[in-house]
Amino acid sequence: MSMREAVAAFVQDGATVGLEGFTHLIPTAAGHEIIRQGRRDLTVVRMTADIVVDQMIAAGCVSRLVSSFVGNSSAGSLGELRRRVERADPAPLAFEEYSHYGMVCRYLAGAQRLPFYPLRSYGGSDLPGVNGALRKVTSPYPGPDGGSEEIYVVPPVNPDVTIVHAQRADRLGNTQIWGLTGIQAEAVYAADRAIVVVEELVDERVVRSDPNRTLIPAHAVDAVVVCPRGAHPSFAQGYYDRDNAFYRAWSHMSADPERLREWLDEWVYGTADHAEYAAKLGEEYWAKLAVGEALSEPVDYGRRL
Amino acid sequence: MTLTPSEAVTSSELLSVVASRELASRRTVFAGIGLPTLATELARLTVAPQIEVVYESGVCGAHPSHLPETIADAVLISGAEAVLSMPALFGYVLQGGHIDVGFLGAAQIDRWGNLNTSVIGDWERPDVRLPGSGGAIEVMANSREVFVVMRRHTPRSFTAALDFCTTPGPDRALAEGIRPLGVGVTRVITELGILAREGIGEELRLVAVHPGVTVDQVREATGWELEVADSVATVEPPTAAELRLLRKDVDPGRVYLR
Repeated sequence: MSMREAVAAFVQDGATVGLEGFTHLIPTAAGHEIIRQGRRDLTVVRMTADIVVDQMIAAGCVSRLVSSFVGNSSAGSLGELRRRVERADPAPLAFEEYSHYGMVCRYLAGAQRLPFYPLRSYGGSDLPGVNGALRKVTSPYPGPDGGSEEIYVVPPVNPDVTIVHAQRADRLGNTQIWGLTGIQAEAVYAADRAIVVVEELVDERVVRSDPNRTLIPAHAVDAVVVCPRGAHPSFAQGYYDRDNAFYRAWSHMSADPERLREWLDEWVYGTADHAEYAAKLGEEYWAKLAVGEALSEPVDYGRRL
Repeated sequence: MTLTPSEAVTSSELLSVVASRELASRRTVFAGIGLPTLATELARLTVAPQIEVVYESGVCGAHPSHLPETIADAVLISGAEAVLSMPALFGYVLQGGHIDVGFLGAAQIDRWGNLNTSVIGDWERPDVRLPGSGGAIEVMANSREVFVVMRRHTPRSFTAALDFCTTPGPDRALAEGIRPLGVGVTRVITELGILAREGIGEELRLVAVHPGVTVDQVREATGWELEVADSVATVEPPTAAELRLLRKDVDPGRVYLR
């Protein structure tokens, strides 16, 4: 399926969209296609709301954000998000704030269709005061001292669709990820539908030669989109490096709403698809993000004689 | 090594060296990028060769070929001892109680070592929206102890009342009847000196100042009535060997050494 077809088919106006990838394998190309197709009123669920979320907010796609970190990694701020939250400029943004493990537990509950998930966080924090979804329950079992124990819980999150980026998949949708594996598998299982965007499509035999590397099996995947370099400016381990200069530049660019919108006009609305975006950056640009080889030792799965 | 004026010790060098010394005898350290990276790498080369650095991205036992630029830098992955998923990193490693020291930063800290990384002003309509918790809540609740490194020591950042408590220390958690694993912040290393607290129920107390800094200066820069130890030590300046390692081996490109 092309990215255009996948987004048109699975991302509806008003939908809850999970976009995961913890610094690594961020589904940027998918976010850009959502912008091109002009989706509105989305609830975006993403642990680290970063550049692609800032861009989607600036493009008017997002009315609600569910997140545990709203910064431009360690490179500075997200200009559009800050304007929306600090001054409701140009419109307010509903924001549900969690901690990272709070979000992890929401996905774990969602993936397992549980009513809630307990965690040893939030005691004494002001977050429950601004986020009513953080609730406390009494454990039905005695605590270590024999008394009753209270613990915070978070509700499940079940996105209408989750989109993740990965290194490779086969035609059936068996998806392999290595390097930082983040929360992608849980986010996919928590969703009603899942789109996997991959650097390359490989033969089934390649996947089956190393089944432990398949983090997302085909039964959890509704669409596979082949989109090389689709995680830029984040990285794909073994394929291309993180574009650190772009992250630093975004903090300055997004501080000025005009410049941000010019960037969207040129690089998202002005390109037909991600292939055109990647080509526009140019091979010289990509050469700077090239990585050398570091192969793992092969493992022997063995076979019955 | 005699220092020429251009090689005078910078604030980030001083903070890194002091933090690295505090890591002696620790094994598992949860570190972010920047000053904690410098401190843990220097500690590995000096007082704590046994250190295993754990990153929020899921990397355990990193052996990077280059200085990492993010907690998820590709150079942390290649050659690492393990890379864990988020549920494993937060659920088993942190909540499971495997971290000796967690490093945290903050926009605001109070006398008990509670931290604010969410907003300056009101949460609903803040003057400044900060990045939020990330994993800081979990690092605080589950590490045996927490070191905080603050570049700026001002009454606004060392405040009597946080604008918002993102990351509570165990004193606040206990008030709700929830017992965290660790004792919270034990060391705050700043541009002026070192504040310390040993355990639950204790306030941060000034225990050391950097050379040339007075106790009164630290009191004035702190937004609450600061407790001061009976005898305040003067921080031993970085040695020539420590500075050489930091400058030549840890961060030769001066990525974080400002």
